[in-house]
Amino acid sequence: MSKTLLEMRGITKTFPGVKALDNVNLKVREGEIHALVGENGAGKSTLMKVLSGVYPAGSYEGEIHFDGEVRRFSTISDSEHLGIIIIHQELALVPLLSIAENIFLGNEVATNGIIDWKLAFRRTQELLNKVGLKEPPGTLITDIGVGKQQLVEIAKALSKKVRLLILDEPTASLNEKDSDALLKLLTEFRAQGMTSIIISHKLNEIKKVADQITILRDGGTVETLDCHNEDISEDRIIKGMVGRAMEDRYPAREPKIGETLLEVKNWNVFHQHHRDRQFLHDVSFNVRAGEVVGIAGLMGAGRTETAMSIFGKSWGHKITGDVLMRGKPVDVSTIQKAIKAGLAYVTEDRKHLGLVLINNIMHNTTLANLKGVSNATVIDNHQEAKVAAGYRSKLRIRSHSIYQEAVNLSGGNQQKVVLSKWLFTNPEVLILDEPTRGIDVGAKFEIYTIINQLAAEGKGILMISSEMPELLGTCDRIYVMNEGRIVAELSKAEASQESIMRAIMRSGEKH
Amino acid sequence: MSTDTATKTTQPSVGDYLKKNIREYGLLVALVVIMIFFQVITNGVLFRPVNITNLVLQNSFIVIMALGMLLIIVAGHIDLSVGSIVAFIGAISAIMLVKWGVPAIIVVPACILVGALMGAAQGYWVAYQKIPSFIVTLAGMLVFRGMTYVVLGGRPVGPFPKDFQILSTGFVPDLLPLTDPATSLIKNYFALVMIILLVVYAVYAGLRERRMNALHETENEPFTFFAVQMAIIGAVAVFLGFQLATYRGLPNVLVIMGVLIALYTFVTTRTTIGRRIYAMGGNEKAAKLSGINTERLTFFTFVNMGALAALAGMIIAARLNSATPKAGVGFELDVIAACFIGGASASGGVGKITGAVIGAFIMGVMNNGMSIMGIGIDYQQLIKGLVLLAAVFFDVYNKNKG
Repeated sequence: MSKTLLEMRGITKTFPGVKALDNVNLKVREGEIHALVGENGAGKSTLMKVLSGVYPAGSYEGEIHFDGEVRRFSTISDSEHLGIIIIHQELALVPLLSIAENIFLGNEVATNGIIDWKLAFRRTQELLNKVGLKEPPGTLITDIGVGKQQLVEIAKALSKKVRLLILDEPTASLNEKDSDALLKLLTEFRAQGMTSIIISHKLNEIKKVADQITILRDGGTVETLDCHNEDISEDRIIKGMVGRAMEDRYPAREPKIGETLLEVKNWNVFHQHHRDRQFLHDVSFNVRAGEVVGIAGLMGAGRTETAMSIFGKSWGHKITGDVLMRGKPVDVSTIQKAIKAGLAYVTEDRKHLGLVLINNIMHNTTLANLKGVSNATVIDNHQEAKVAAGYRSKLRIRSHSIYQEAVNLSGGNQQKVVLSKWLFTNPEVLILDEPTRGIDVGAKFEIYTIINQLAAEGKGILMISSEMPELLGTCDRIYVMNEGRIVAELSKAEASQESIMRAIMRSGEKH
Repeated sequence: MSTDTATKTTQPSVGDYLKKNIREYGLLVALVVIMIFFQVITNGVLFRPVNITNLVLQNSFIVIMALGMLLIIVAGHIDLSVGSIVAFIGAISAIMLVKWGVPAIIVVPACILVGALMGAAQGYWVAYQKIPSFIVTLAGMLVFRGMTYVVLGGRPVGPFPKDFQILSTGFVPDLLPLTDPATSLIKNYFALVMIILLVVYAVYAGLRERRMNALHETENEPFTFFAVQMAIIGAVAVFLGFQLATYRGLPNVLVIMGVLIALYTFVTTRTTIGRRIYAMGGNEKAAKLSGINTERLTFFTFVNMGALAALAGMIIAARLNSATPKAGVGFELDVIAACFIGGASASGGVGKITGAVIGAFIMGVMNNGMSIMGIGIDYQQLIKGLVLLAAVFFDVYNKNKG
């Protein structure tokens, strides 16, 4: 049995009016991968902020033991000094600086303020070799993908003599391949004796790599599971997170499928920025009334681009092809026209593209259909409040009122506000792009329930998701995309994780 | 949702409401405190009828431009060119009126149209070519100033005909001649009666709004706040109206300003176009993906700014009774400062018309009060700068605390 590297004992942290952490205990053994799971708001991030010194010693109760001694960190640099390094979900890299510059940012290889670039580049190269990133140290961050950026962050951590590496949702924005590579890297580090804490919503990944799993719920420790003593199933983890067994993660539905609503034919689109590169090739698909249709694929397959190029040509250029609604060609050349044609696109990036965060729930709800609450451009306050209150109760948005600012809502409730906005435009077909990204298990179930209700009302749903179990659990039919092409169409009976992956792999061989 | 919980969730507590709106109430309180301070320290000169009239005349154009600037700032932009537009419009109005003899009734709308075109010329580059507004309007500031020199040939042009001057130095005639102005204290009953009627209407409209809100379970200001606010604003308005009535009545510019403030308050708070500007300033990409034509909206905020700057330019020219190449130098900074003191956010999406108006009056009262006290322009600038910084610090402090 290896020794304990970190022990957090009886941590209690209160904010005005809320107890964010209540007597939390966490024990991490040296050389293990320790997973920290819990619903949004369970206290994971707060706990890590206590650990790293963002919340200084004295602002919380309880003790932190690291390396056998009680530690009191008053700033982040105190904890970094001991080798406790956090990599946050939103990466903290400067896009227009090179990999080397980023790695040594604030910690430059310099004498008397003059940087020794040769040495810096050589050290960067060594670090990049360790994390398996094949990019020259002079490459700008903006020119490499998110997956590689994540590796740069890890290399940066390694440059600081890391003892305990903490990764907050490291794979949230990575595709399956990059995620696997990252997890493999973590296991290699473990073999070399490094300790890491991984915070994640992706239970299948946690199952793959974790030695121990600590579950938080409502600011308290529920339990710590040892993956070596027993085989921990995902359902077992979920049970701990939500406090009850979730018999079925996907609510049941009897599909009642009607006529074809949306039909897209021979959709060809060139890249938004690299203007001579064709990005989508002859994409054709359809969505019928009452049907939930999925689009599966790896990141970069062209799913979001397909949706956005159809929705008012908001992505790409030189767009050709036909869009039909109920068999009749429609003009979707601007977003206004696309909305009028009966389309709605619920973005994958609700914070940047979906919500006006500083506005309240009501204003966000009516934004796409202000006409619906106004007479001759004058807004009817009462009608607007009624509409917003209606969606708030229908979609069960948890907030103290419709006047609460969107920025103060949890991820799941923000997602429901974005959904409200689009439902109020009364669309016939809703395109949902990663509708459950970054939201907790309980809220996911609610979103699925809403999707089912909409389908039952006769709307067509096109759902883009990177989580295959989610597509398999909710969709009646799944298209598989790869490299800008639709490479397979699978019925519910044919679809499985294996058949989807097989379709992707086979198409990759052809090109 | 039951009716019971609906009521509970839509009616904020007094404490919550104060916290949420502390900026707005703080601003109003600050204005009143500053007014009382200067009233005391100048031995009552500040509120003398003739000085109140001066205050209105001196600040009207800043207030009028602040209305347009607030929309620009809320939309996430800035306009540095308004001082130069003021000068250019003054110049062409002088040329048309004085040199060409065009009647004022044609010159006024023509100048507003030219101002709108100047705004459009800048709005095009900002909205459709995506050039930062700071750069476009900095260029505009130089270009329009240069054009002013060209048009005027470097010399002042004036004086203006009488029918143009009344735009800024005229008063609304006494339509209610109850007493002989020569002997009575109150020389213009019409002014006083109009102000009182307005206050009565404001209270009535406010109460009606509250009743409708209660009926529909929409958010209402706590009654104490409503009452205190109405009492303060009403008392100040009636007092000022009384003072004006003992002098020459309502200045024309006060009426123009009042109508514009009411119009822009309505546009920003109650119309779809106002809502869209706030949404665009809060998150342009989200607004665009919600089907809002953000380019066109940005374009028109600049057109609107140009038109208002043109109106202000004519008011200034009429007041000075001459068009000079140096008119309006530095006005853009006063206007922008008024918006920021009034609580607008430099990153867009936040700001209120009433805030910008109060911000402009805080600056105006301070200018006027310090001038009466005989404080030099050097210290006036210094103090105004510190007030701007303090006001914005107050915003940031509140935000971080909340």
